[in-house]
Amino acid sequence: MQLNELTLKEQLEGLKDSSFSSAELTQDYLKRIQDIDPAINSYITVTEELALKQAKEADERYKKNQALALDGIPIAHKDIFCTEGVLTTCGSKMLSNFKAPYSSTAVTKLFDDGVVMLGKTNMDEFAMGSSNETSFFGSVKNPWDKDFVPGGSSGGSAACVAARLASAATATDTGGSIRQPAALCGLTGIKPTYGRVSRYGMIAFASSLDQGGVLTRTAEDAAILMSSMSGYDPKDSTSLNVEVPNYADEINNDISGLKIGLPKEFFEQDMPEYVRKSIDQAIEVYKDLGAKIEEISFPNIDLALPVYYVLAPAECSANLSRYDGVRYGYRCEEPKNLEDLYMRTRDEGFGSEVKRRILIGTYALSAGYYDAYYLKAQKCRRLVANDFTEAFKSVDVILSPTTPGTSFKTGEKLDDPLDMYLQDIFTIPANLAGLPGISLPCGSHNGLPLGLQLIGNSLEEGKLLSVAHNFQKVTNWHKELPEL
Amino acid sequence: MALSDQELQEIAYLARINIAETSFPTLKEELDQILSLFEKLNLADTTDVEAMSHPLNLSQPTRKDEVTEINQREKMQEGAPQVQSGLFLVPKVIEGEN
Repeated sequence: MQLNELTLKEQLEGLKDSSFSSAELTQDYLKRIQDIDPAINSYITVTEELALKQAKEADERYKKNQALALDGIPIAHKDIFCTEGVLTTCGSKMLSNFKAPYSSTAVTKLFDDGVVMLGKTNMDEFAMGSSNETSFFGSVKNPWDKDFVPGGSSGGSAACVAARLASAATATDTGGSIRQPAALCGLTGIKPTYGRVSRYGMIAFASSLDQGGVLTRTAEDAAILMSSMSGYDPKDSTSLNVEVPNYADEINNDISGLKIGLPKEFFEQDMPEYVRKSIDQAIEVYKDLGAKIEEISFPNIDLALPVYYVLAPAECSANLSRYDGVRYGYRCEEPKNLEDLYMRTRDEGFGSEVKRRILIGTYALSAGYYDAYYLKAQKCRRLVANDFTEAFKSVDVILSPTTPGTSFKTGEKLDDPLDMYLQDIFTIPANLAGLPGISLPCGSHNGLPLGLQLIGNSLEEGKLLSVAHNFQKVTNWHKELPEL
Repeated sequence: MALSDQELQEIAYLARINIAETSFPTLKEELDQILSLFEKLNLADTTDVEAMSHPLNLSQPTRKDEVTEINQREKMQEGAPQVQSGLFLVPKVIEGEN
């Protein structure tokens, strides 16, 4: 078996018992990136020199018996996380020359545990998209079939893990950007509770919704990384000052007697028969594991998509006002005056989806529409969140498909923003309520993977990971690898 | 509801994005499509519902008034488009002076 076929947990065991070194493992990935990534485009930047240096340092610590928790594991970071001295583009021309002057807390925490950085992954521009086609650095291909998209916005992170070009990858999720690409690439992807992972140094899209997480091959791998990456950060005023459990210990918890809720309104949405069939099979697996299945109701679910598409653009229009061509990033050529500098920099520096969302957000926040759109959407957000509060009175976790289907072809939805937005119909509600969600592989159709989503109550990532891990102990979907 | 050319122009100016008039028709169509999605919100009864601006019901934490950041002006300006004597340069703002 090749080193890159091992899961992160297996690699960690191999490093600990000196079956191989971090330098060997890192070189294996770097070689593979060189050979395979040109056809997938999952990386924007490969930090070869830094990776080899970090790997060497990890190996020395192993020799001295001073190894750190994740020492020598080579992973990739979504290019939304600031990494000191390394290009951090957020998939945009606007930041195509931006070297971050400091590192995000999430990345720093992983570095502190000995993780090796292979590079920075491609993504939809400013995390706005569900197909990784809006990146200034070109679209990313799905390793399962290169005519298809990997999902987005964390499409590069998903594609690189699925193609085994990194052991795992960090990612972010504002409306489904971890879970949807996880589903489309056959991976496990977790978006923790809002406030669990620090947003310091994570480039902002919609601040009340953005949350960092990981894309991995298994729930076990996700548990290992989440324990390292999560935790209170005084540099982020929305960071939760709550102790982080050791998720790797929690995942083996027994799930017999667990109550799984099926929101009937989710299943009333338009979806192909193969999705229902795969989900039904997964439900049977959970029944065999001793879980109890209950139908629950989400009367306000139809509000989730419109609420999201008012609030996320409104927050993005405010957050992205900082890109003005003055202090860093792209600036247009020969500005006539200051206003021309702002207006042309922002026209030339942003792609069309980003501009669309800034305009929608500006409109929703403008005088005369604030109450009708923005305030109304915030009230409706409460209604959606209340549905979850009600549901968690009777169930432990909520199960649904992650996406309405398998991946779609590159270009297929690019001219129809609304159709693209429907990709996130099942994932958005958890972001609105700030709850943790996980996607795990549960089937395939025509050779393309399909995902199942579990949503948990606030701060119950450990439970979600154990519910996912118990499924993976008795199924093989997560073990399937694309042929490359 | 449909956006007029004038409204689109105003929003684009508020957002400080230069938009070519030739792209107005397509853009208006796309934006109208998204705005039509918002109409669903009007069907919801939100009487006495408190607006939810944030998923956490926390108040903003405070910290001691201490200096935590050191001066790193040169480092922060390394990526700036144009800098002179430690200042960010932009085109002249005050007209009519030499």
